[in-house]
Amino acid sequence: MTASLTESRPADHSPMSAPDSKPARSSAAGLLVYLGLGTLFGSLLIKAEVVSWFRIQEMFRFQSPHMYLTIVSAIATAAISLQVIRWRGLRTLQGEPIVLPPKVMGSGTRYWAGGTLFGLGWALVGACPAPLFALFGRGFSVFGVVIGSALVGTWLYGVLRPRLTH
Amino acid sequence: MPAAETLQVLPWYLAGPLIGLFVPVLLLVGNRMFGVSGNLRHVCAAVLPARADFFRYDWRRTGGWNLAFGAGVFLGGVAMALRTPEGSRLALSPDAVASLQALGIRDVTGLVPRELFSWEALLTVRGAVMMIGGGLLIGFGTAYAGGCTSGHAITGLADFQLPSLVAVIGFFAGGLFGTWVLLPLLLGTGV
Repeated sequence: MTASLTESRPADHSPMSAPDSKPARSSAAGLLVYLGLGTLFGSLLIKAEVVSWFRIQEMFRFQSPHMYLTIVSAIATAAISLQVIRWRGLRTLQGEPIVLPPKVMGSGTRYWAGGTLFGLGWALVGACPAPLFALFGRGFSVFGVVIGSALVGTWLYGVLRPRLTH
Repeated sequence: MPAAETLQVLPWYLAGPLIGLFVPVLLLVGNRMFGVSGNLRHVCAAVLPARADFFRYDWRRTGGWNLAFGAGVFLGGVAMALRTPEGSRLALSPDAVASLQALGIRDVTGLVPRELFSWEALLTVRGAVMMIGGGLLIGFGTAYAGGCTSGHAITGLADFQLPSLVAVIGFFAGGLFGTWVLLPLLLGTGV
């Protein structure tokens, strides 16, 4: 039995489609809920020190299990939760069926090439996107420059996308 | 090394599961797929949309929740700034401290090495490569791969998506090359 929640619906990750537009635009109250959840997430990332350049170096140098155990237990918790959602047929609070759009493999180029480029940046900066926002909030103002560069990087991808292999 | 307060890290067996719970919570709250790098695309779509099809979509509808979540992550950082004293040490492994000092990093206190990530450092070649170059790679790479650590490594792997596994192998290949080849080159030159 496959454990995937995926269905055939337009995917966020198919190269030529806009982001999957699942539910309607969030209400102001809905946005506040997401803002609150994000605040919890950002605090958690800092408290767990996964935003730390030092911790990322420790991970890529295989000198501490902290990051590995954190990531693996996060994946395990998420995987078990998805199984529970699927087995119990849980729905959203609004009563919609829960769906995770499948990622389309295509040639796979975008995943290994894009992934490797991101990994290089992850090692240099010591932070992936969520930690960038958390560190900026934490008061490391120069990370605003890193976020600005990341926006330029995403914009460059958008412009160059027609010429890239996916 | 000055005697600095050592921070108590949230242990992995609490941190990991709590992070993982964001996947089901976001699905149950509104059918949203946990991921953060989409914010970069939504901001581009909001600010500079006209040039590429990639940015032509209703970012308010599809990205509104994600932008609110991203703003929350920033606020979480603000909240923690009030709680963690500057200059505290992380309980890093002695091996890691020795390796980083061997690379020439003198100050291993704080969340990030201040000698590498500061406005002064940005004016050096090394700092510009690390912060501007690194940022460009993060933005380009996550957009190309269609996700980052949250979207691929956590959500995608938890849903047994093969493309996410390929992406995560790429994350680590790039990270290992950056750590073992690029960083020693950058830190060794002293430019």
